[in-house]
Amino acid sequence: MISAEFAYQRPTTIQEAVKALAGAPDAKVLAGGHSLIPLIKLGLAQPSALVDIGRIASLREIKTAPPGVTLGALVTHERLATDPAITKAYTALADAAISVGDPQVRARGTIGGSLAHADPAADEPAAILAFDATIKAIGPKGERTIKAADFFRGTFETALAADEVLAEIQLPAQPARTGSAYVLFPHPASHFAVVGVAAVVTRSADGKIAKAAIAVTGASTRPFRAGAAERAFTGTGGDDAAVAKAAGLAAEGIEALEDLTASAEFRTHLLGVCTRRALNIALERAK
Amino acid sequence: MTATATPYIGSRVQRKEDPKLIKGEGIYTDDVTPPGTLHLALVRSPHAHARINKIDASAAKRQPGVVTVLTGADTAATGPLPCFITLPNLKSAKHFPIASDRARYSGDAVAVVVADSRRAAKAAAAMIEVEYEPLPVVIDARAAAAPGAPILHEELGTNIAYVYPVKGGDIDKAFREADVVIKHRIKNQRLIPNAIEPRSVVVRPDEGGGLTVWTSTQIPHFVQLITSLNLGLSQNKVRVIAPEVGGGFGSKLNVYAEELLAAFLAKTLGRPMKWTEERREGYLATIHGRDIVEDVELAAKKDGTITGLRIRGYANLGAYLQAFAPVIETVLHIFIIPGAYRIPAFDCEITGVYTNTTPTDAYRGAGRPEATYLIETTMNMLARELGIDQAEVRRRNFVPKTAFPYTTITTLAYDSGDYDQTLDKALAMADYAGFEKRRAEAKSRGMLRGIGLSSYVEICGLAPSKANHALGVGWGGYESARIRVHPTGAVQVFTGTSPHGQGHETSWSQIVADSFGISPDDIEVRHGDTFESPGMGVGTFGSRSLAVGGVAVHKAAEKLREKIKLIGAHMLEASPEDVVFEGGKVHVKGVPDKAKTFGEIVFQSYMAFNMPDGMEPGMEATYYYDPTNFTFPFGTHIAEVEIDPEVGTTKIVHYVACDDCGVQINPMIVEGQLQGGIVQGIGQALYEGAVYDDNGQLLSGSMMEYHVPTAADVPNVELSHTVTPSPVNPLGVKGIGEAGTIASTPAVVNAALDALGTLGIKTIDMPLTPERVWRAIKDATPKEVRK
Amino acid sequence: MRHAITLTINGAAKTIEVDPSQLLVELLRDTLGLTGTHVGCDTSQCGACSVMVDGRAAKSCTMLAVQADGATVITIEGFAKGGQLHPLQAAFTKEHALQCGFCTPGMIISSADLLSRTPDPSEAEIRHALAGNLCRCTGYQNIVAAVKSAAAQMRQAPAAATAEARR
Repeated sequence: MISAEFAYQRPTTIQEAVKALAGAPDAKVLAGGHSLIPLIKLGLAQPSALVDIGRIASLREIKTAPPGVTLGALVTHERLATDPAITKAYTALADAAISVGDPQVRARGTIGGSLAHADPAADEPAAILAFDATIKAIGPKGERTIKAADFFRGTFETALAADEVLAEIQLPAQPARTGSAYVLFPHPASHFAVVGVAAVVTRSADGKIAKAAIAVTGASTRPFRAGAAERAFTGTGGDDAAVAKAAGLAAEGIEALEDLTASAEFRTHLLGVCTRRALNIALERAK
Repeated sequence: MTATATPYIGSRVQRKEDPKLIKGEGIYTDDVTPPGTLHLALVRSPHAHARINKIDASAAKRQPGVVTVLTGADTAATGPLPCFITLPNLKSAKHFPIASDRARYSGDAVAVVVADSRRAAKAAAAMIEVEYEPLPVVIDARAAAAPGAPILHEELGTNIAYVYPVKGGDIDKAFREADVVIKHRIKNQRLIPNAIEPRSVVVRPDEGGGLTVWTSTQIPHFVQLITSLNLGLSQNKVRVIAPEVGGGFGSKLNVYAEELLAAFLAKTLGRPMKWTEERREGYLATIHGRDIVEDVELAAKKDGTITGLRIRGYANLGAYLQAFAPVIETVLHIFIIPGAYRIPAFDCEITGVYTNTTPTDAYRGAGRPEATYLIETTMNMLARELGIDQAEVRRRNFVPKTAFPYTTITTLAYDSGDYDQTLDKALAMADYAGFEKRRAEAKSRGMLRGIGLSSYVEICGLAPSKANHALGVGWGGYESARIRVHPTGAVQVFTGTSPHGQGHETSWSQIVADSFGISPDDIEVRHGDTFESPGMGVGTFGSRSLAVGGVAVHKAAEKLREKIKLIGAHMLEASPEDVVFEGGKVHVKGVPDKAKTFGEIVFQSYMAFNMPDGMEPGMEATYYYDPTNFTFPFGTHIAEVEIDPEVGTTKIVHYVACDDCGVQINPMIVEGQLQGGIVQGIGQALYEGAVYDDNGQLLSGSMMEYHVPTAADVPNVELSHTVTPSPVNPLGVKGIGEAGTIASTPAVVNAALDALGTLGIKTIDMPLTPERVWRAIKDATPKEVRK
Repeated sequence: MRHAITLTINGAAKTIEVDPSQLLVELLRDTLGLTGTHVGCDTSQCGACSVMVDGRAAKSCTMLAVQADGATVITIEGFAKGGQLHPLQAAFTKEHALQCGFCTPGMIISSADLLSRTPDPSEAEIRHALAGNLCRCTGYQNIVAAVKSAAAQMRQAPAAATAEARR
């Protein structure tokens, strides 16, 4: 049951949506609703109005537009987990999407909703960060793009302005010999990440690690790139010792969260394990 | 009417309950909304312990749709909530539906809003301003029992509700003569029952000053009794209906605040009242289960023979005594601790303590899982200590087959058993002999594999009224049944049991079918309506329904069976000794053609002109069955687990069980009870646990935090059984509702400890969360170094 | 402000005024009296409220009624057609896959969703497909067996089954 009252609008274009948002202070964008409605039910979000972008057809598309892929905000977790455009080139994102919630949630919940909601334990933000995606936001002043690295500001906080709609996520093309994986240690009940690690690795022709991206969710107040681990891994041969070293550096510079499920110490340990496991799978896939 | 000679007892009859439930046509309490219904919302204390200085409901009362707002003082006329138990020197605190002077746990109700919609009621409840003066909080039982702890109920002067000792044999001698003493502290953590249907109650005032109550309960007759007594209504004016009930597990075995409040408000305001709990609200306001910490000392000889067992424990009762709370960790727990073993000396004392937490009460197994967990994990510690195989240490201490009926050191009289047989069968199913090979193979993959046994004995069928009285249970232990055969031969069975998933409609009809030689399809079983059932039904809990209620049904049917035989003989002009009643017909012995059918005889009982002289016309019988003893099902469960030592996850890779619940009425239902029970016990072992912070805030406050196992978490289980009939009742039945839960928790923990034992780890607390396991491994001094 | 929505529920088209904050499950239960859909939690965990929305299982407690405007909704009441049980309903009885029955409608809906896309699921696939539906009575074993049994049944009559699942 929802105790609060709110207004509801259902625009059919992004422009209308932006207009609706501008016209209602404290309005919230509703996509699949699987992040926002639970919050409203718990009284943790009290919007004056909901702007339902669920019927804006263009936002449902996955566009393969070389050199990359563009995801509409309304692409569901389930589609991400199964669409060949994602499972082949952006496997870590597909891995993350299949890790979200349960089948009903994956069938209706959206990538845009997940990113805009910015739960610090959501799965997909890690993959988005690791792939260096760009987020396209549309507001009253027009379009702008935000790098994933600049997008997640804190717990439930993003770079998105209150009057902007998250419209698209652009995934850059991945070079040859790239492999990726997302490894999750889930909360048993909520299925959210206690720790989740997305790893994207590119080997050069000689087999050395030309590029490594390691992004972490669940461990801190916001998803982040494990810079020290990435730097340590890049240029190595991707052998077990290099993987272990990178895994050991994954928690560098962060203060791990502590809750009922995991102490900071255990979370830090899990972060190392998930990093190692994600790197190993990614390396396997980079062959 | 389908006459049949095939016995239905023992066959897998499809459930009569299912057709409506699979079509969404089952009516649960929240599906009932009489016209003009008003809705209740409770204001609950956010503080675990606080004086209530002032309640300002003026703004809430002005909200649209709000009818009234009442506080504890306004509702005192409901009278107190009941506790049905009287232990010696029990210190029972007053417990009203709404607290008036102080709130004693986070969730304690402090006001109720009545409004014309649920939403209006909730919204208004949020506007009520309560001035609390926070008081010191105590959440741990041992701490609450210590001197200087904040006192919850000042009129009692202590937080200790009871100290309950049970002793037998010469305990000092037992420890003096022991070669080895095993000591450890055992915690059965607090659990949240989580029946998937939240509690709900609807009360409608009826013409003539009566009330009709629909409520999600396991004990409609007790709700009727207390409602009528507390509200001063004649009992015949209070009709309580437990419609479909979506699971109970003990959590609906109470007369709750909301039930009494809704009845009181319906009576005083003259409008139907409805309250349905939200899940997070239920986590605070519906009873919790378990929560007992025990220090155990087991004395034994070198060969593994137990000489004595000493236990001191603290049970956390929460802020008030609920309906059955004082018996859970006393009567239902201590007496069965010896389990399947001969224990010559025993000394146990449990202290029950009030704390600033949600009250605890019966949760599936209720005291018995705690007992089995205690003895079964201790047996494995003994085995490890002495280097004796865990199956062997059990065999050496089992009560032998030849010893039944066997009186335990705690004075229970075990009815029948063959513990070696279930153990042997389970060992074969588990390929116990081949385990070390599997352990080695797992080790080559970096995994720790372990196998764990649990040989349990359960007490079922609560039970003889005299025993209930002696043990402090304030009500008889019988159950009632009425069978009405209509003139057309249609059969209705009214049972005092109140099922909520156990399939009584099916099993009871099988029992009656065999008495009458007709098909279960021709028998309707009705339950859960106090205006239909016999005068008193005790209800469904404690695995009692079959061994007491099912037998009552059988007894009522046998009364009618005898009457049918007599009328049949009379109609056949034969002497009663010369006829048989089989296959739905009474016929002269050796002359099957000379017969009167069930239908003809029943019809004659209503025509009533051709019956034995002086016989009462009609075909209806009521029976209140009071057993002479409890029943004692038993069995062995074996779990095999693999632990990933790197992250601490425990996976059950194989699970087998061999159970003996005496005669099975419907094996399909027996297996279903076991499968569900086993998973619930696995939940306690691996996943579930209610956690409070030091301020008494429930941290595991929703299904987002508290993990109820899903299909993806649990394995299939392999079941088998033996049949050792109970001599206690004519059906030879025992009970199976809780056995799975009782047996599985220690089996899983023993398996995990078997795996971890290779690293020198001896104990671990439940639930076996990844962090706990990982930490135990990390802190262990390895006896061997893992590669 | 109330909104008029039009939707097809169990084959019948309806136009209804709803409040924006009304959940789909409240529309079904309170307004339309379709009480076969249950509410078991408030955090989208238990799945007792699952219904088919445009051919897919959805948690109706996590959807606003207005979001279902234009949708085709099937509740458990719409599963049996003309007295003929859906193969899943029959299999749930046959395999004793329900006890108290409270989670059953949601379980059947989620299972139907699975079988519409995966006609021959493995045990692991079934268990994962049901991870959003809690049952406290059965231990899931018989539910898994029922889904397998219904799947076999539906594969034998694929045309009818497909029509059934997409209905």
